[in-house]
Amino acid sequence: MKSVGTPIDRIDAQKKVTGTATYAADTDVTKVAHAVIVTSAIGKGTIAGIELANARKSPGVLAVLSHLDAPRVFAGKKGGGPGERILQLLQSDVIEYADQPIAVVVADTLERAQHAASSIAVRYATEATVASIEQALGSAFTSKAIVHGESDSNRGNVATGLGAAKFKIEATYTTPNENHNPMEPHATIAVWHGDELTVYDATQGIFGVRNRMAEVFGIPKAKVRVIDQFVGGGFGCKGTPWSHVALAAMAAKVVNRPVKLVVTRPQMFSLVGHRPHTIQNIALGCDAEGKLTAIRHDVINETSRFDEFVEPSALQTRMLYASPNASTSHKVVKIDAPTPTFMRAPGESSGTFAIESAMDELAYAAKIDPLELRMRNYAVTDPQMAKPFSSKSLDKCYRAAADKFGWAKRKPQPRSMRDGHELIGYGMATATYPANQQPASAKATAKPDGTFLIQAGTQDLGTGTYTVMTQLAADALEVPIDKVRFELGDSALPEAPVSGGSMTVGSVGPAVVEACTQLKAKLAATTDRSKDIVAEVKTVLKDRDLYSFHSFGADFVEVRVDEDLGIVRVARVVAAFAAGKILNPKTANSQFVGGIVWGIGMALEEETVRDRRSGRIVTRDLADYHVPVNADIPAIEVIQIPEQDDHVNAIGTKGIGEIGITGVAAAIANAVFHATGKRIRDLPIRLDKLLG
Amino acid sequence: MNPFSYVRPTTEQDALAALAEPGSVALAGGTTLVDLMRLEVMRPGKVVDLNGLPLAKIETGASSIKLGALATNTDVAYHPDVVAKLPALADAIRAGASGQIRNMASVSGNLLQRTRCTYFRDNVSPCNKRAPGTGCAALEGFTRMHAVVGTSRDCIAAHPSDMCVALAALDAIVHLKSRAGERTVKLVEFHTVPDDHPNVESVLQPGELVTAIEVPTTPLAAKSRYVKVRDRASYAFALASAAVALDVQGGSIKDARVALGGVGTKPWREPAVETALVGKPATPETFTAAAQLALAKADPRPDNAFKVELARRVIARTLALVAGGAK
Repeated sequence: MKSVGTPIDRIDAQKKVTGTATYAADTDVTKVAHAVIVTSAIGKGTIAGIELANARKSPGVLAVLSHLDAPRVFAGKKGGGPGERILQLLQSDVIEYADQPIAVVVADTLERAQHAASSIAVRYATEATVASIEQALGSAFTSKAIVHGESDSNRGNVATGLGAAKFKIEATYTTPNENHNPMEPHATIAVWHGDELTVYDATQGIFGVRNRMAEVFGIPKAKVRVIDQFVGGGFGCKGTPWSHVALAAMAAKVVNRPVKLVVTRPQMFSLVGHRPHTIQNIALGCDAEGKLTAIRHDVINETSRFDEFVEPSALQTRMLYASPNASTSHKVVKIDAPTPTFMRAPGESSGTFAIESAMDELAYAAKIDPLELRMRNYAVTDPQMAKPFSSKSLDKCYRAAADKFGWAKRKPQPRSMRDGHELIGYGMATATYPANQQPASAKATAKPDGTFLIQAGTQDLGTGTYTVMTQLAADALEVPIDKVRFELGDSALPEAPVSGGSMTVGSVGPAVVEACTQLKAKLAATTDRSKDIVAEVKTVLKDRDLYSFHSFGADFVEVRVDEDLGIVRVARVVAAFAAGKILNPKTANSQFVGGIVWGIGMALEEETVRDRRSGRIVTRDLADYHVPVNADIPAIEVIQIPEQDDHVNAIGTKGIGEIGITGVAAAIANAVFHATGKRIRDLPIRLDKLLG
Repeated sequence: MNPFSYVRPTTEQDALAALAEPGSVALAGGTTLVDLMRLEVMRPGKVVDLNGLPLAKIETGASSIKLGALATNTDVAYHPDVVAKLPALADAIRAGASGQIRNMASVSGNLLQRTRCTYFRDNVSPCNKRAPGTGCAALEGFTRMHAVVGTSRDCIAAHPSDMCVALAALDAIVHLKSRAGERTVKLVEFHTVPDDHPNVESVLQPGELVTAIEVPTTPLAAKSRYVKVRDRASYAFALASAAVALDVQGGSIKDARVALGGVGTKPWREPAVETALVGKPATPETFTAAAQLALAKADPRPDNAFKVELARRVIARTLALVAGGAK
């Protein structure tokens, strides 16, 4: 019986619920010492003096490192990619953001390290801090750091298209800084054996950590091993190594024993990246029938003084609708803040809020149902790349979710539905995310006892990698899943890409299947099973230029808005997604639902606030930085639309980790408009924006 | 966390002696103290654990309910007599924190809980409450969660408690004991506004112990409710909340109590609103008009100016809820 496509329980479920899954910081390492990072109180300036003597005298302290005496290492170079971003490794006295690492204390226990750290006194030469891009919009510039494609795009003539439009809207949408806050904080245990480094690290990319540590310490990659068998959520902030990983390894080298460093929750807001605040200006025009004549989507986001990160919020706008005229641009503004990074659907989550809110505004301007407007502009082929989609079932998603939701019953005029003191609103939006992939390798071993060991240096972020890889291998080998063991999370295993961009299954899955297929052929050719029989493969990407690869979906949302108090409650969500083959409907549902919960948080609650003077984060814990609680989350119904894609990769999957969040914030904002007649273009939609 | 000494007295006498020593603090549920010690916002030399004392009883008398200082928030909120006779108190406690925290937190700890002002909790920011004389970072900072009444040039930190708002409306009395003897203080006079001494938050004297909180079980109190508005459905501090008690006879308001949370530097009673209600018909118009008198002396910051109007609407909503008798 085939396992792929069946909703089996997670392979690792029992380990997780019984607390026996070993996360990075759980690793039992003999004689491990504990390090804590001391961070800067100011957002910009220099360290004029730092008093370390008391800390060094404090009980149990093994070492105190600062810029005065930390070993010199390679902290990165300007203009590098996200994997090469500049780290703050105590190499100078310059402060470029608040809560920047300025010292590391190592002691025999965590409490003694913390106590010693509290005795460090710092004098600063403080300079004026620019804490938000609103203070420096004039300095916006085009960055080459955008990860996919070019920063700008243009087709046709937008000015002409807008001029010819019967209906036009232009509006500015803003999204705030947000932080990922996985349950498992970042954590590193560094162990040196001579010049060989082993790192147990909470990461989405063990090979990225390996390569970066080799670079920082000037040693061959082969001398670094990175292990991470369970990850308690990543969402992008664990995609590339940050300063604390190298600081742990540096500290371990200095004290000549293993060192554990766990990033504190307040430090999670400044040391490991954030989704950057965006300002997005959109203009749309359509003819009398609602056919788009022009789309313009211009994005500005914040980045740090020393590195560039582009939140690619307009990428989806290039291919989402069949307008003959469309332009997009991305610019960044440098401010005194840490470098932003990828956060669940980077670009698409913030970008769909803007473009899908704008489409709703245009629907009202043209007096066309919002769903109908989208169907009239349905892109059968990718209008920017002028290529066919490898598969696209968005029309089926719209129909299935709209039917289940009861969209046809919606009265179009705002404030037309009410229940007591609550106004009721229906809103919808399109969801989309690209089907990314990279080459990957895998190894399949037939054991003499009739079991199979499948290995790849990938990661399981809690998404179900262990489970679906086991299912793929079992089917390829034509054996039950209990004969298969899948190993991951060790850079000694065959190399696989970072688990980001929703590409783990699409990248590693084909490698696993190919390794198992080759192994099966080897087994067929022999009767001697007394020794291990091994097949190892590395995939290459093929035909990536022939098609445009994207997943699509549709979100339909009902909100209830307390008319007097402004409280917004999401009453129900119905969403449909078409994302190629679904390997396991149960783990897939969790990914979709989890993404939608994130979307609700983004729409209504999440905001990282900086003090406008010091640049310090003032929402420094999970009481002040709100994510949804159970009571905020209604019934969420997800429809998985079957979709066959023969072009995307050998197993037909398109990736599901990120599409769930996209579109949700717009669907909620659109529903809030329908309920109240108030268009909120600035996230999150908190009640004070609806009072009055 | 800094090193400290720890004692766990088993008699009130020993507890009072230990609390009288300079630098000592009382530990009950620990949900505020341990948190602030971890942040190194509080660095006590000595922690006096009160949990060995027999102060957890909830006693229903003829005209009041006496809540022992160490009764947990959960025990109070779900006590049948509290639910029946003091519904606003049960509502308010259940609206605060999370189930886990309420299981640990005590009545006296809730009474004495410290502000959630982000600058108070961030050790490197100036804060007159944490470090007198250093200034107030909140004044020109991010103030969405801060107070709009009872503020001063030195402090605008909001009082975070839900329970205390209900207790303020319900005319609760705080029982105190020290080596000098016993005394009682009205809850509305227990907490102090910051003025030029934000580090002092109540009339509790050094070495003094809260032994109980007593709440009168009047007919008025039996018709009371608490409504809390916040940024998410649970586990969030109030933007504005109201505890209201009403005595309505023949459609006319005979007596009223109104207190606000989330807006004051202490639990904020609104006598002007109460006066405006008495003698009027219990109608939405009366409620809205009376609520407009709330926060007359508000001095909001740009980030929290919305709280003034919000609080007035919460009062009107809560009044309507009590008058309507709706569950």
